[in-house]
Amino acid sequence: MSEDVLFDLVNVSKKFVKGKEQISIFDGLNMQINKGDFVAIMGPSGSGKTTLLNMLGGVDQPSSGEVSFDNQRIDNLSEGKLAKWRANNIGFIFQFYNLMPMLNAFRNVELPLLLTNMSSKERAQRVQNALKLVGLDDRAKHMPSEMSGGQQQRVAIARAVVSDPKLLLCDEPTGDLDRKTADEILETLQLLNKEFGKTIVMVTHDPSAAKYAKHTLHLDKGEFVLEAK
Amino acid sequence: MSLVSQSSAVIMMNVRSLPRRFWMSAAMVFASAVVVAILLAFLAMAKGFETTMQSAGSDDVAFFLRVSSAAELNSTVSNEQVNILTNAPGIASNENGPIISPELYVIVDGVKKSSQTKANIPLRGINQQGIALRENFKLTQGRMYSTGTNELIVGQGILDEFAGFELGDEIRSGKNVWTVVGVFTTGGNVFESELWADAKVIQSLYNRGSSYQSVRAKLTSPDQIEPIKAFVENDPRLNQDVQSEKSYFSEQSKGLSYMALFGRVISTIMALGALAGALNTMYTSVSDRAGEIATLRAIGFSHISAFIGTLTEALVLSVIGGILGSIAAFIFFDGLSAATLGGSFTQVVFQFQLTSDLFLQGATMALVIGFISGLFPAWRAARLPVVIAFQNGR
Repeated sequence: MSEDVLFDLVNVSKKFVKGKEQISIFDGLNMQINKGDFVAIMGPSGSGKTTLLNMLGGVDQPSSGEVSFDNQRIDNLSEGKLAKWRANNIGFIFQFYNLMPMLNAFRNVELPLLLTNMSSKERAQRVQNALKLVGLDDRAKHMPSEMSGGQQQRVAIARAVVSDPKLLLCDEPTGDLDRKTADEILETLQLLNKEFGKTIVMVTHDPSAAKYAKHTLHLDKGEFVLEAK
Repeated sequence: MSLVSQSSAVIMMNVRSLPRRFWMSAAMVFASAVVVAILLAFLAMAKGFETTMQSAGSDDVAFFLRVSSAAELNSTVSNEQVNILTNAPGIASNENGPIISPELYVIVDGVKKSSQTKANIPLRGINQQGIALRENFKLTQGRMYSTGTNELIVGQGILDEFAGFELGDEIRSGKNVWTVVGVFTTGGNVFESELWADAKVIQSLYNRGSSYQSVRAKLTSPDQIEPIKAFVENDPRLNQDVQSEKSYFSEQSKGLSYMALFGRVISTIMALGALAGALNTMYTSVSDRAGEIATLRAIGFSHISAFIGTLTEALVLSVIGGILGSIAAFIFFDGLSAATLGGSFTQVVFQFQLTSDLFLQGATMALVIGFISGLFPAWRAARLPVVIAFQNGR
C-alpha cells in the first residue's frame, strides 16, 4: 500500500438483519483516502453515507472485508482498542455539535486531552490554542447554552483538533447552521486541511458545502464514484 | 492515570447533570433515606433495650432463683434458704454484715402517659443491703422510704413514662395504698423501671409470710461465682439456680432481639421497593445521558469510565439518602424514651440508642441500594452503541 494512503477499504460489505429481511448497505466496496485529502461524501438518504462514516470512525464494523488506517487493520480491533485508536487518531464533528451542556467551552475542548497523560498546565495551553484557532479564545468560560449554533460548532471543531488527530470526520457539520455561519465553519475546515494537513472526511447533503472539499464521492445504493474537482 | 481522569470527568459530568433529573434523583435519595431511617429506628430500639437490660447486671453479683424459674416473678426463696446463703463462700461484707439482698417482686398497675393504656409495673421489696448492692443508685428527689411504712420510691423511667407517680402521689394497688416519697436513678438501667419499697412491708401486705422471690449477693470477686455454685449444688436444702446477675440480664435482654431481626426484615423488604424506584431512576439517567455517553465513547473514553460514572452516580444518590436518613433517625429516635414488656411480664423503660456501629449498618444498607440500583444501568451505559452519538437530535 502506498505511504500516501490513510484509509484503505477492501471488498467491504455491510449487512443488517431487519426482522426476517437482510438489508445490504455495501457489497464489495473498495476505496482509498489519501493523507491530506478533504473528501465530501454526498448521496440521498439511505445511501450508506453515515454507515460509511461510522466504519471509518471505528464506531461500526463491516460484516466482511478489511478496513485499514495508516497500514493498520482496524476492522478486527476490540472495542477497548478501537476507543484508544479513536482517541489517538480521530476528531469527530457532529451535526448537532454534541457538546456537554454542563461543561463550559474550555472543559468541553479539554475532554480528549483527559485521555492522555498531559499535565493540567499542558492541557490548558493546548485548549487555549485550539480555541484561538477557531476564534473563541475569549469564550472559554461560556457554557454551550450561552453560545450561538455557529460558536458551538466552533467549540466542537476545537475539541476535534485539540489532541492533533490525523483525521477529522464530519457528519453534516453545517446541517444545523445558516448559510453565512456554515461558510465560516467550512472555511475553518478548509484552513485545517490546507494549513495543518488534516485529512477530512465530511458527510453532507449540501452541494455548497461539498464545494469546499478537494473531492466529492457520490454514494448511491452502496456504490460511489470519485469525481476530481 | 488516564482511566482515573476519564472516570473523574464522567462522574463530574453526571453529577452536574443531576438538576436535569432533579425529581427522579430526589425520589431515589428519599427512598434510600426512608429505608435507612426505618432500619436505624428498629436497630436503635433493640440496642436501647439491650443496653438497658445488660447495664443492670454485674459480674460480681450472684443472683439466685428457684430451680427452673426463668424470672423473679415465678420464683420463691424461703427465709431459711436466705439464712443458709448468707454463709456461702465469697460473699463481700460491709459494716452491716454480708452484702446479701433477699428481694420480692410484685406487680402494680400503671397507666402509660403516651397511650393511656394500663401496663404492669414491678414493685420491688428491698432492704438496705439491696440498695448498697446497686452501686449507681442515687436518690434524685425526695427521701428514702421509711422502713415498716407504706412508702415507696420510684425509678426515673417510671416517672417519665407513667402517670400518677409524682412525688407525694398516692398509688392504690388492690386494697393497699402507697405514698411516693422519693425518685431514684440507677444510671439508666432496668432498675429505673421499678418501684422500690421495704421488703418486710411487701411480705406483710401481699401475704408472702417470710419468703422472698430472689436473692442477690455481692461477691468479693467475679470468679467467686464458681465456689458459690458448688456450695448451692452440695446443699440439698438449697433448691436454687445461681448465676451472675450479668448473665441473667443478658438472657432477659434477648426478649427484644427479635426487634432487630424484624427491623432488618422490614427494611430489606422496603429496600426492595426502593431498589425498583432507584433502578428506574438510574435507567432514566442512562437514557437521558445516552447521547453524551456515546459522544464521550466516540471521542475515545472507555466503556469502563461510562460504567464507573453511572455506578458512582447511583452510589452518590443512595449515600446522600443514607446520610439524610441517618440524620432523621438521630433527630427523631436517638434518646427517645419508650416502655415495653420485659422478661417478667412487666414494663421496661428504655431509650432508643443510635451508636456508631448502627450508623455503619445504615451506611452499608445505603451502599447496597446504590450498588445494586447502579450496577445494571451502568452495564447498559457501558454497552451503549457509539453510533447513538450520530443520531443525537435526529
